Amino acid sequence: MIEYRKDYFSDARTDGLTEVGVTRQRSDVLGHVTGKTQYYADRHFAGLLHLKMVRSPHHHARIKSIDVSRALKVPGVVRVLTAKDVPQNIYTILCLIQVEPNDEPVLAFDKVRFKGEQIVAVLAESEQAALAGVAKVKVVYEELPAVFDVEEALKPGAPLVNEYHGRNWFTYEGHHCRRVRFGNVDEGFAAADHVIEEMYQSSPIEHAPTETTGCIVVPDQNERYTCYSNTQALYFTLDNSALILNSPFHKLRLVGGTVGGGFGGKVDVITEPIAFLAAMLTRRPVKYEYSRAEEMQVSSPRAAERIYIKDGVAKDGRILARQVRLYVDAGAYSRHSPYGTTKAAAHMPGPYTIPNVWVDCHCVYTNRTPSSAMRGFGVTIGDFALEVQMDKLARLIGMDPMEFRILNAYRDGDMKAHQKEVDGAALVECVQAASDLANWPIAGRYRAMSSQKREG
Amino acid sequence: MTKVPVQFTLNGREQNEFVDSGSTLLAALRDKLGLYGTKAGCHQGTCGACTVIIDGSPQLSCLTLAERCAGKSVTTLEGLTGNGALHPLQQAFMEGFAAQCGFCTPGMILAAKSLLDRNPSPSRDDVIDAISGNICRCTGYDPIINAILTAAEQLRGARKSA
Ligand code: FES
Ligand code: FES
Repeated sequence: MIEYRKDYFSDARTDGLTEVGVTRQRSDVLGHVTGKTQYYADRHFAGLLHLKMVRSPHHHARIKSIDVSRALKVPGVVRVLTAKDVPQNIYTILCLIQVEPNDEPVLAFDKVRFKGEQIVAVLAESEQAALAGVAKVKVVYEELPAVFDVEEALKPGAPLVNEYHGRNWFTYEGHHCRRVRFGNVDEGFAAADHVIEEMYQSSPIEHAPTETTGCIVVPDQNERYTCYSNTQALYFTLDNSALILNSPFHKLRLVGGTVGGGFGGKVDVITEPIAFLAAMLTRRPVKYEYSRAEEMQVSSPRAAERIYIKDGVAKDGRILARQVRLYVDAGAYSRHSPYGTTKAAAHMPGPYTIPNVWVDCHCVYTNRTPSSAMRGFGVTIGDFALEVQMDKLARLIGMDPMEFRILNAYRDGDMKAHQKEVDGAALVECVQAASDLANWPIAGRYRAMSSQKREG
Repeated sequence: MTKVPVQFTLNGREQNEFVDSGSTLLAALRDKLGLYGTKAGCHQGTCGACTVIIDGSPQLSCLTLAERCAGKSVTTLEGLTGNGALHPLQQAFMEGFAAQCGFCTPGMILAAKSLLDRNPSPSRDDVIDAISGNICRCTGYDPIINAILTAAEQLRGARKSA
């Protein structure tokens, strides 16, 4: 049972919270239960072409040659697209928020950098014909050594994954990582009674939405094109498609709608630009939909992370210093990972006030599937590491883990490590309420603490 | 491609169609008949989104050949609201937050309907068993299980008072 506690901070609020605790039905649920909700694929277009991709079987390889001649002879195959057909083949999805450089080809041509990378699009009258065409495209590869581990990738002599960066890491304003410096961690460690360092890591996580990623592009009259897509990011898709196609924006129309599960997995711009191009070159409606296998293997997962946390703690329970080295596995291309890594840095050292903090967050390129957005990306894995570390620290000094968190929780007016003042903190109250619900008694001293002022 | 004539009952009405030999019931429903309420999440029998009811039992339309439905009775989600009123399952899914993105919902409701038609008083475990072939990535299943149990209760009550 959910309990709504409107008494918290009631003196600091004027809203009255009339909606919290009130049950409201989803606005779209009637359509869901009657089968009337229209997803992007719930449409019929006469003359629809199906697009299927030739994908790299290698993690890292040079492309020596591409021969599509036998694919074009397959009955039902209408045309193929290679990198040469793409007006601006190299892009990066966040270029419009100043992430540089463009580092990813729409269709690979000189190299493939991860297993499953798209190389040749085959367009055919039926899915079967498109798949038969895909099987007939001959790509000759020269395999290259691949790197799959973030720390291996940063070592001198590691295989270079992405030439557009020239090194296996994203560069942040001239720095090899995203950094936070606050106080002096060496002094903090020296003053501490205990210092521990632990390592945490996670694997990539696939969103696995029930509806796979896809779109249908339909040519309108007057050289305009409508794209029905299940993207979570219509405007990123419009911007990137226009840039990739060298097209004025007004010629491209994006129609979104109900997404059959996204969780951040439908934020990249992969299927739409190539489907737009295919519709432009064939003047026919084109559908590009991931198979379940493609969704699982090729669509961006949540990044794998490896996190080292070194803490200095005093006997009385105060954390005096926290040093974090965090590695985000971007995979072969940037997509949303440079941004996610910045989020990771800003999130450290967690919701705690620690006087000395040193953070290095590395966005690293490897030959794994490019990672991207997923629910709280850049933060979730870090939180897992931080909170396990908090339990370890509490145990180390023999303190109750709830009381330990309350003691170190940040309070309004504190300065965070990345130089933003804390405002609207509520961790102290959350832990107090959690201890009530869990029947986990905490001492009166911690019960009396507040997020709004620090006790004397 | 060879065309095969198929005569079957669809949502209570007789249906005569020429289908491509080897094509699936899923393709026939969506691409030929425009019944988009049946969803495709995998085309390989692993997600349950394409579940329909054939002669009373829940079947995956992505693995069912259209031509094999000759003489059979097929129910899709569209068939539940035939007379305009919502089925108690639909009502319970709406009220119990059992649908978020909605993509698994058609398959879930049909798997549940087939269960309740066979077993009006299912246990929680019976419900879990009945929807174990249907993947939902949004709800965490609990609201769905509760909605199905609520609908079962309502149907029993309606039967008693009838
Ligand atoms: S589409 Fe039939 S089980 Fe997934
Ligand atoms: S509601 Fe989204 S998959 Fe079930």
